[in-house]
Amino acid sequence: MTDAAARPVLEARGIVKVFGQHRALDNVDFAANAGEVHALLGENGAGKSTLIKILTGAYHPDAGELLLDGQPIHLRDPLHGQGYGIGTVYQEVNLLPNRSVSENLFLGRQPTRFGLVDRRRIDAQARDLLSRYGLDIDVRAELSEYSVAVQQIVAIARAVELSGKVLVLDEPTASLDRNEVQRLFEVVRGLKAKGLAIIFITHFLDQVFDLADRVTILRNGRKVATQRLDTLNTTDVVRMMLGKDVAFEHHPTALTGSTRGQVRVAFKGLNRKGLAPFDLAVHEGEVVGVAGLLGSGRTEVARLMFGVDGAEGGEILVDGRPVTIRNPAQAVAAGFGFCPEDRKLDGIFGDLSVRENIIIALQAKLGWFRALNREDQVELAGRYAEALDIRAANHDMPVKLLSGGNQQKVILARWLAIDPTFLILDEPTRGIDVGAHAEIVRTINRLREEGLALFVISSELDEVVAYSNRIVVMRDREMVAELAGPDIASDAIVQAIAGTPQEVRP
Amino acid sequence: MTRQTVDLRPSTEPPLPRPRPLASLVTRPQVIALAAVLFVNWLLFPGFFTVTWQDGRLFGSLIDVLNRGAPVAILAIGMTMVIATKGVDLSVGAVMAISGAVAAVMVTSGYPAWLAVLAALGAGLVCGLWNGILVTLLEIQPIIATLVLMVAGRGLAQLITEGYIVTFSDPVLIFIGTGSFLGFPMPVVIAFTLMLLATLIVRRTALGLLIEAVGINRSAARFAGLSSGALLLIVYTFAGFCAAVSGLIVAGDIRGADANNAGLWLELDAILAVVIGGTSLMGGRFSIPMAVLGAMIIQAMNTGILISGFSPEFNLVVKSAVIIVILVLQSPLSARLFRRLPGKSQ
Repeated sequence: MTDAAARPVLEARGIVKVFGQHRALDNVDFAANAGEVHALLGENGAGKSTLIKILTGAYHPDAGELLLDGQPIHLRDPLHGQGYGIGTVYQEVNLLPNRSVSENLFLGRQPTRFGLVDRRRIDAQARDLLSRYGLDIDVRAELSEYSVAVQQIVAIARAVELSGKVLVLDEPTASLDRNEVQRLFEVVRGLKAKGLAIIFITHFLDQVFDLADRVTILRNGRKVATQRLDTLNTTDVVRMMLGKDVAFEHHPTALTGSTRGQVRVAFKGLNRKGLAPFDLAVHEGEVVGVAGLLGSGRTEVARLMFGVDGAEGGEILVDGRPVTIRNPAQAVAAGFGFCPEDRKLDGIFGDLSVRENIIIALQAKLGWFRALNREDQVELAGRYAEALDIRAANHDMPVKLLSGGNQQKVILARWLAIDPTFLILDEPTRGIDVGAHAEIVRTINRLREEGLALFVISSELDEVVAYSNRIVVMRDREMVAELAGPDIASDAIVQAIAGTPQEVRP
Repeated sequence: MTRQTVDLRPSTEPPLPRPRPLASLVTRPQVIALAAVLFVNWLLFPGFFTVTWQDGRLFGSLIDVLNRGAPVAILAIGMTMVIATKGVDLSVGAVMAISGAVAAVMVTSGYPAWLAVLAALGAGLVCGLWNGILVTLLEIQPIIATLVLMVAGRGLAQLITEGYIVTFSDPVLIFIGTGSFLGFPMPVVIAFTLMLLATLIVRRTALGLLIEAVGINRSAARFAGLSSGALLLIVYTFAGFCAAVSGLIVAGDIRGADANNAGLWLELDAILAVVIGGTSLMGGRFSIPMAVLGAMIIQAMNTGILISGFSPEFNLVVKSAVIIVILVLQSPLSARLFRRLPGKSQ
């Protein structure tokens, strides 16, 4: 296929989508051509899923228009989109696991005879249909008896049958092994040859290069670029995803590199299924930043450190003494704190007051019978609210009424209140407005200067660079590189993430 | 910012209760509802508020409401904490039957009364612990986990009584159900004492706050280092204990253990009392005294319908109507409406 022959099947022009104060999509153009696989890339919160939902009709854009074969369309809902020929296959197969394969394929449009479902014809048609996908299976068996890959192919077959112009694959390979992925890709290539426009979302870069023809990269709700993949390499893609190609502001203390204190926390050979063993020592007054794409194992490392997931091997030393951490309570007892990525789900107690949210970890650490009295609570909450500049009308109001940035600071205050030795921050600035963003970064720097040991995960490269003494790079659930001092630079990080061979440091 | 080490003063002084002026207490929907129900009772039966002193104890319809409402009030004390953790305990009615059966069979087999009471309370604790284990260790949803004992418990009680209604004449057990102390019926004294003790314990220790935290966001509780499992075990065990106390009172009252009917459907009344008391089924903030008040509202309605001469069939319909009114008054919608009313600050 040449670009000249390319004809956009589904096109989005100037799409804007606003949620409350947040512009999830800002003037995004996107076009999927017939007979191409178009990859859509971006970190969490970049706007991928919002764009997909608009393309399939699940959301309505606040501005901009959708065109199908050059004609403007207005999608009411995904079913309506299906009618126009736009089908979607999600990461979790949303079919009926306890019905037969053929029923799943024809659900809602079963061939009937005398008003009754004609089972024999369904089965014959299903066999016929699946043979075109190179699948020879007993279509009368329950769907759940087959592997996820087969289920995915059944889902694709159903989506193509129902729609047939545009196929959206939303992280279809997340739960497949290598062979299954290849099998799925063959099916997708077959569909591409038939002239379908295929939109492919994933966070596995190698798969993008393997399968896709073009790529559109989103960041913070804006389109960064749409390019042919044969003109790009992994490093380019990573750089575009993480942004800023870039004058990184580098923190002076990191440059001197010698201000480290003694080792506060050491992890030796810590591992768990699906996460390679790692060694890491964090010093007093040091920020170890973590860079890596989504799904590279960043959060898994943090959860392992904090005992949210149990380690299968390895040991943890605090100030040189071994400690046992099998659950978060033990981690807190060892002086660890953890600000989780999903603030609302794992962080705040919405109905509890700001004060109670701040003192809760300390209270849990003290135990049930050493209750902090009210004056202590007021004093603690006041001290940390002031130190972190938490803006709340009063400290007795429910924390759910605060803004995202202030909620994040409340969780930070909660951990400072236990006087931690080691603080883990997972995406501390996600979903926070720009002002609070800068403040959180300043706070991290200040905590480091005060001698705290920190482990900070962030997708924002410029941010990681701004406060880290060392940066650990993760790829494929493994720590693949460690950069320190003058090595901390955008290119080195981007190349380590992309896995460009000449740049990886052992 | 300076990061000082936290200077702790472990609770030499208890935490001050939240400031709660009398005015805000009186304008609570529960208090208004109770007053309204009592007022209607008085209209229907002018002698309703008359309390007399006879044979060293108080008598009257009002005392009767307190006395009859005590078993549900006691259940509601335990239930409040379970519901605060976003759970529910459907088995408390069955546990009442078990506790009554254990006590009755023990005294009729010649064991001393104190041992029978201890055994009955112990049975309640074990039942509660069982629920707690199902909920925490096996992570079964509370409604299903406690449904098991709701069904099986009544069977257990029947096995203990071998299918009969076991009557007894032990004075201690009868005293628990029908005796009096300082003029008040024993059930009222027990319920009031238990309410005070439970409230003091959860509010003067950190238990109350931690239970609320677990109920509001169990995942965040885990991340904040709370041991949710231990808290849940305690809460369900305590609910079992409350049910056992309630079962003893009911058995003592009728001087026998009726495995089929003791505590039948009372778990629903207890849940209702808790909800009327303002504790959300979504977990979180809870108030034990308000739940007890809720139990009293339910009983005041029951008593009112009985003494007014209406046929008891009205009871359920009137009850549901009043409950709907209370729930509407508590809803965020009406809170917004009231706040908008001019001249009414807060």
